[in-house]
Amino acid sequence: MITLGDYLIVSGILFAIGFAGVMLRRNLIIILMSLELMLNAANLSLVAFSRFRVSPAGLPNYNAQVFVFFIITVAAAEVAVGLAILVALFRARQTTDVKDISELKF
Amino acid sequence: MNSAAFVVIAIFTLAAALAAATLRKLMHAALSFAVAFVGLASFFFLLGAEFVGLALVFIYIGAVAVLIVFTILLTRRDVGKDRGFNWSGIVIALAMFGALTWSILKTQSLAIVAPHIRALTVKQIGAALMTTYVWPLQCVGLLLTAALIGALVLVMEEKR
Repeated sequence: MITLGDYLIVSGILFAIGFAGVMLRRNLIIILMSLELMLNAANLSLVAFSRFRVSPAGLPNYNAQVFVFFIITVAAAEVAVGLAILVALFRARQTTDVKDISELKF
Repeated sequence: MNSAAFVVIAIFTLAAALAAATLRKLMHAALSFAVAFVGLASFFFLLGAEFVGLALVFIYIGAVAVLIVFTILLTRRDVGKDRGFNWSGIVIALAMFGALTWSILKTQSLAIVAPHIRALTVKQIGAALMTTYVWPLQCVGLLLTAALIGALVLVMEEKR
């Protein structure tokens, strides 16, 4: 049978894939997509927790699902602003590579 | 809870996520990103969370993936610049995965099988959103408006 631990392991692998994408890739679009993968790994574990913790009335704990709904909304706002910054940056510098944008690097 | 469905969806989602994080061509990566979210949404359906599953499909596959494809098309000038490989990054990622797995496996009481539940209707989630969580909901609405205006201002052409 599938237990809660299995879902958490899958969520951990997904988070690690997103983290590796952020650490390894130099393209800003890929970095944004990997950030979304990490956020949704957290969502997966929250939904799994909600399914495995049942209230006395026999319902899943839907507070976690409301929380996931808020996370999805905030992530959508983040993507909109992030991609707008990316387009503005591309207009100014003609690049989306993080190695070419290192003025703030000490 | 179907074990075979779990394994199939897990392999599907993780393979698509790996492709999204590693593929060289941006368009292929964006496509794999959308496929990974199909897998995640089916996980949510498997867990009986239809509302958030549908929200994921609408928001991520319907809006975010399309937005990313548009951005790729708008910023399409630099292709195929491949410079070395960042070994320290993959070491840090593997270490973090190890730490996560270690803490998950060390936790007691995770070996529970899903109990039987009654179906959760969207009506109940909507009632919770409109009563308990009405203030967070308003704040999120304000945040979305601010993000929309901010994104518009950021990409607006400057008048000279």
